[in-house]
Amino acid sequence: MDISFIIVQFVSGLTMATLLFLVASGLTLIFGVGNVFNFAHGSFYMLGAYLAYQTVSAWYSNFWVAAFVACLGAGIVGMLAEFLFLRRIYGRAEEGGFQILLTYSFILVIDDIVKIIWGSEYKSILRPSGLRGSAEVLGITIPTYNLAIIGFGLAVVILAWLVLTRTRPGRIARATAIDREMMATMGVNVPLTMTLVFGIATALGGFAGALAAPLRSVTPGAGIEVIIDSLIVVVIGGMGNFWGAWLGSLILGEVIAFAVVIVPEWASVVSYVVMVLVLIFKPEGLFAPRSVGKV
Amino acid sequence: MGNRINYGEVVFWAVLFLGFGIIPLLKATSYQMMLASHCLLWGLFAVAFNMLWGITGMLSFGQALYYGLGAYGVGLMVRHVGAGWFLPGLGLGLVASVILSVIVGLLIIRVSGVFFTVLTLAFGQLAWQITFRWYDFTGGDDGIQGIIAPGFLSNRIVYYYATLIVVIASIWFLRRVSRSPMGVLLRCIRQNPTRVAFVGQSVRFTQLRIYVISSFFCTLAGGLMAGVDNSIHTDMLYWTTSGEVILMSVLGGIGQFFGPFLGAGVFVVIQDVVGAKTEYWPLFIGVLMMVIVLLFPRGLVGEFQALRARLKSLTQGNRGADETASGTAKPA
Amino acid sequence: MKPLLELQNLHKAFGGLRVTSDVSFSVMPGDITAIIGPNGAGKTTLFNQITGFLSPDKGRIVFQGEDITGLSRQEIVTRGMGRAFQITSIFPEETVLENVRIACLSMRKEALRPFRHISRFKEATDKAYSILESLGLHTQADRFAFELAHGDQKLLDIGIALGLEPKLLLLDEPTAGMSPEERQLTRDLIRRLWKEFNLTLVFIEHDMDTVFGIAQTVRVLQLGRLLAEGTPDEIRGNPEVITAYLGEEVQ
Repeated sequence: MDISFIIVQFVSGLTMATLLFLVASGLTLIFGVGNVFNFAHGSFYMLGAYLAYQTVSAWYSNFWVAAFVACLGAGIVGMLAEFLFLRRIYGRAEEGGFQILLTYSFILVIDDIVKIIWGSEYKSILRPSGLRGSAEVLGITIPTYNLAIIGFGLAVVILAWLVLTRTRPGRIARATAIDREMMATMGVNVPLTMTLVFGIATALGGFAGALAAPLRSVTPGAGIEVIIDSLIVVVIGGMGNFWGAWLGSLILGEVIAFAVVIVPEWASVVSYVVMVLVLIFKPEGLFAPRSVGKV
Repeated sequence: MGNRINYGEVVFWAVLFLGFGIIPLLKATSYQMMLASHCLLWGLFAVAFNMLWGITGMLSFGQALYYGLGAYGVGLMVRHVGAGWFLPGLGLGLVASVILSVIVGLLIIRVSGVFFTVLTLAFGQLAWQITFRWYDFTGGDDGIQGIIAPGFLSNRIVYYYATLIVVIASIWFLRRVSRSPMGVLLRCIRQNPTRVAFVGQSVRFTQLRIYVISSFFCTLAGGLMAGVDNSIHTDMLYWTTSGEVILMSVLGGIGQFFGPFLGAGVFVVIQDVVGAKTEYWPLFIGVLMMVIVLLFPRGLVGEFQALRARLKSLTQGNRGADETASGTAKPA
Repeated sequence: MKPLLELQNLHKAFGGLRVTSDVSFSVMPGDITAIIGPNGAGKTTLFNQITGFLSPDKGRIVFQGEDITGLSRQEIVTRGMGRAFQITSIFPEETVLENVRIACLSMRKEALRPFRHISRFKEATDKAYSILESLGLHTQADRFAFELAHGDQKLLDIGIALGLEPKLLLLDEPTAGMSPEERQLTRDLIRRLWKEFNLTLVFIEHDMDTVFGIAQTVRVLQLGRLLAEGTPDEIRGNPEVITAYLGEEVQ
């Protein structure tokens, strides 16, 4: 394996990591702020991919318009799901378990509705014009679209970090994560905050789906694959932790990228092996500042 | 409470013994007997699963791992060793189940709540991935066909009664567990784990024990199912299988020991009636799950008990209707 | 006579905040000790360290002549240290009897028996009933714990602790949230339980009538350190305590 090959795989791992991070960070955000584990998060990713496909293929629209539609559509559906359903079971005694069931039922419903609308055959869309070529970096050929995705990922990380730490809504969201009741007594509209957080997180997922659509074929099963990978990411990184999600995505993206060439048949198993290793040595994830899940 | 006779329980055992016992005598078709076997085995699977969730408060999204292990224990033996190795395969699956559940359990009981659920799901999917990918050994997506129990068990009526006996014995055993000191301790863990530590019991160790016990019976159900369907498939390990057993449990009522068994029966029948008519079965069960979670969280048995308590207090002009209703709907 | 419980130079800090600093005292068998101090003095944190809920940063905890520092909660409990909680800690969806019986079973190492019906554990069941009788809860034995009145739930919490037949019983604000009449009843009850079960008691309390009514020794905590200790009369007359704490409460 020569060095240029390693770099190519590394970039492909970074691309995967970025897409994963867009999904996992949303998952983490919802979990951190609302203590809800959204099993259906992958379905919003898938929904985003289909919306992008629809916009590009049916309306011959520009890819970036499509990505925007995907973002908006997934976000709106996400907010509706939170507002109409999830909100009704906050604070129940069996909260944790029933939230999981509810978001699980979202998967079944969203996946099937997508199947009804778009059918179950594979769909694909072209890379956006201007990003179909490759770039030469140190004599190594790398698709420009991958570089663009990585760039977007970085931008989102920085933007999200700025929003969370520097803006008032961001600080409110973080404070709500720590003490919901306190924020409620301080006049913060906690339910609205939750709905918005849900919307932002699902919009991020939808955006990731749109970005991924030109790279992978769009299928109704895409959501489940992504949610399982994101799940591994949050287990590795530590649930509810933004930087943990980032690190976890990076580790998993690279591991898969190299496993695909070293043990092609078993690449998907390798990612679990990483998770098990982390579990053995740090059951609460690599980043676990809060003591979570302790009895 | 106390030593009063629980009529619901009497009805349950009567249905189990007599209702399921006479099905083969009624000239049931082999399809109807298969449905009945499905009710029994899914029922056992759901009751075993609910020992974890409804009783102990540990929601596992990965019990399909053990269910599939039972099926593949049998299937792999039959495929690689010989058709006569059905029962040794079942035994091997059960042994493997205990070993695996101890190892996995030790890894995952260190966290609780949603974290526990996520980890069970991850381990379940790992098992599914391995089975799916290892084509040469497991047959991958093709599954394994032609699994028929050997000797006198190959007669489907005999196999049906064997299944019935095993299911009755298993549920009886689990019922004993749920009413033993350990069963009470499990419920205490769900309600107040901190206090359990302060009565001198290890929460984790107790959780591990019930995880192993529950997994054992999930494996048993899966192994017997291989003989009912005569074939197995990787879907038995997939997370939707874990999801189905969860749905059965909430449908029947997780607060009651027997609720999941009823839920499994109702689910199997719905699946038979509706599943054949629509290709959008997942959509249907998704909506069903939403309706139960949002509107009838106590499930069939729980809502029935609450309703009965309410009627009773209405006829007696009792003002504490709500109190009685919530009181009797608590776990028995 | 050897002390039953001995704290030696306990230190505990949360971040930069010292919640326990250099606390040492010993409790003789049969004592009734009250721990008082303003809110935030570190009383509950001290309890948490004694019972193994938290481990101290420095110092030793000796119980019945053995070092129990750093042992788990279960181990400490099984050595004969019971605890009732400030915020009532019971099993709400179990019956009153079951709440106490599980502790009695645990004490007999029968709590993990998986097969025999729980009511057939005669000895534990009888013991649980007798504890309920001592607490006056036996008439409600078959009710669910969540149905009990607040005061009765507090008693049940104590009942669970008694089920372990502890030598040392720690009570965290046993009369919190009670009316003056209920407090009087609880005081009488605590004194009676102390005699009946041969207990050594350490309790945290804000209600001064309770403190001076039943304690033999009073220890005052302030900002994590032991400010004063002595008989109730000595504490009453201690000028430091009066300025630091009693001043506002007693007059």
